[in-house]
Amino acid sequence: MATPHTRERLFLFGLLTPVTLLLGIFFLLPLAVIVIYSWLMPGLYGGVEWEFYHWNYGRLFGWADGVMEIYEPIYLKILLRSLSLAILTVLLTLVLCYPVAFWISRLSPRWQVVFLFLITLPFFTSLVVRLYAWLLILKPSGVLNSTLLGMGLISEPLEILFTRTAVVIGMAYVMIPFMFMPLFASIGNLDRSLLEASSDLGAGRVQTFFKVMLPQTMPGVIGGSVIVFIPSVGNFVVPDVLGGAKGLMIGNLVEQQFLSARNWPFGSALSVVIMAVVLGVMLIYVTRLVREGRAS
Amino acid sequence: MTQILEVRGARRVFKTPEGGTVAALDGVDLDVGQNEFVTLLGPSGCGKTTLLRSISGFEQLDSGALMLEGKDIGRMPAFRRPVNTVFQSYALFSHMTVERNVAYSLEVAGASKQEQKILAGEALEMVGLSGTGSRMPSQLSGGQRQRVALARAIVARPKLLLLDEPLSALDRRLRQKMQIELKALQSELGIAFVFVTHDQEEALTMSDRIVVMRGGQIEQCGAPRDIFRKPRTKFVAEFIGDTNLFETTIECVHGGRILALTREGTKIWLSEETKLAKGDAATVVIRPTDLQVQDAHSSCGFRGKITRVIYLGTDLHYYVQPAVGGQELLVVSRTDGSRRAPGDEVTLTYRPERAHVVEDC
Ligand SMILES: Nc1ncnc2c1ncn2[C@@H]1O[C@H](COP(=O)(O)OP(=O)(O)OP(=O)(O)O)[C@@H](O)[C@H]1O
Ligand SMILES: [Mg+2]
Repeated sequence: MATPHTRERLFLFGLLTPVTLLLGIFFLLPLAVIVIYSWLMPGLYGGVEWEFYHWNYGRLFGWADGVMEIYEPIYLKILLRSLSLAILTVLLTLVLCYPVAFWISRLSPRWQVVFLFLITLPFFTSLVVRLYAWLLILKPSGVLNSTLLGMGLISEPLEILFTRTAVVIGMAYVMIPFMFMPLFASIGNLDRSLLEASSDLGAGRVQTFFKVMLPQTMPGVIGGSVIVFIPSVGNFVVPDVLGGAKGLMIGNLVEQQFLSARNWPFGSALSVVIMAVVLGVMLIYVTRLVREGRAS
Repeated sequence: MTQILEVRGARRVFKTPEGGTVAALDGVDLDVGQNEFVTLLGPSGCGKTTLLRSISGFEQLDSGALMLEGKDIGRMPAFRRPVNTVFQSYALFSHMTVERNVAYSLEVAGASKQEQKILAGEALEMVGLSGTGSRMPSQLSGGQRQRVALARAIVARPKLLLLDEPLSALDRRLRQKMQIELKALQSELGIAFVFVTHDQEEALTMSDRIVVMRGGQIEQCGAPRDIFRKPRTKFVAEFIGDTNLFETTIECVHGGRILALTREGTKIWLSEETKLAKGDAATVVIRPTDLQVQDAHSSCGFRGKITRVIYLGTDLHYYVQPAVGGQELLVVSRTDGSRRAPGDEVTLTYRPERAHVVEDC
């Protein structure tokens, strides 16, 4: 006979089955394909040969023999560059969004809706179009430079476009809504009386921020960081448009391998490495924050 | 007595969302003595919280002065004021242990870890919570959280402790227990308390002085006994305790004796100083505990018939309809042998000095 408990389980099972199947088919299956491909030999004209082949990773990590494949440290360098870009993006969006989220959370509900709408507004146009707008802003004869020149703040145009600075600006721009939303949710839920209590007990603004406000809104900080960090590592559109030749990121590399070099196994190997690194970084970051949250 | 806190002419006007304005504080003068337990009492919306928040620094006064130990603190930011608050919602830091919560004010002041530990331990012991220091606030009961909030507010020995309805979330039993403990703690610490409540019983139990507020102003301020015995206005009389009110006209004033006549013609004798003269209207208050139920043939007093008897353990409540008409009177007497029942004809007597004239606003 079904006790209420087992009935509840059946019910849950019924609810979870569709999403499990969906995830299994559309997420795990492609993932498995990528992992398997990364250990196969590239076909001569794209595609794969079904033969075990570890030089894809050898090419990346240095055990390539120079005959089958050539080891190039540049790949790891690009990976590191992409990671640091992602970290920079996280920090920049965090610093930009936190005060704004705090400010908006103190407005009346009507104004909150207005600002939330404004923040999601960029999603209404295509990413590429928006990035080309940045191109126009940042280029030597662009809006930014002509304004600064006109005001006499600089004597010759700033070389921003096609540098890492441009990529960071573009990335931060693209990622701001993703950082903002979890932060806003967290800060909006913050109990204001906690801040008053802290101040009442003698803590100044800075102390109140670091001892009460930041720890209390940590879930939003962690959530926003994760959501921004992961797509930032592999993003290839922003470096493509704003980064120029020097701004090549790991995402561009993967894109090239799949689309122009047609070396799917190597592209897959790169993807697997990105995933492993991102997973590793996330695990360290989240466990550290959770542990800190518990300790303090 | 030296004053620890002086509030002079405090005014605070809020804009309401509807576009109007409301004077939450409308010219409040208040003195709090060293080691005094002052209670702010009044109906919802009368400005108690606003007054408290102005003292702690979370509201700025529009005008008026705020002096702590003779120093003007009106422009001082909240975190500099040597005044701590126990919040109604407790406002404990959920990401810190109980001990760190309690030690918070020491921590931000830069005390050593050891000092923090010792003082927090002492404060927790004072509120009867030793040994819970390593727990998180979420692992405590409501009453325990309330004690933690208290310990946190007293650990640094503020000059003045503000408490905004700290007991309102507790059940009746616990609340009565905490009232007594709080009072004991206050005399032990020697810190002045300003305590907000809208529970008159709580105010009478704990306070050295009660400040009755109404519409942003202080209606009356005095010792619990005076507030209860000699309410200045009808509002205070009705707000504190049950009361019998008589609308009367003064018939004659002679020496300390006054004779007042109700509209129905009942005579009420009073014995108090007054500026009233013959012909003036006066509202007279007689507390239900000051009326005695006598047999019908007794001489002076209110004749009437019992309509209801309510048994409340130690007390009996009689509702009596006066024979001449008018409002039903309430009599509270101790439960004794006499068994009177609804329908009995009785006379209610009182001592003239227990009848009291109040202002009519
Ligand atoms: N921030 C504010 N904005 C607008 N009006 C306010 C604000 N704070 C208080 N008021 C108004 O000021 C008046 C006094 O409020 P206050 O909170 O001091 O009352 P209270 O005596 O503490 O009442 P309660 O017993 O319900 O807590 C009320 O009419 C209230 O609506
Ligand atoms: Mg209040």
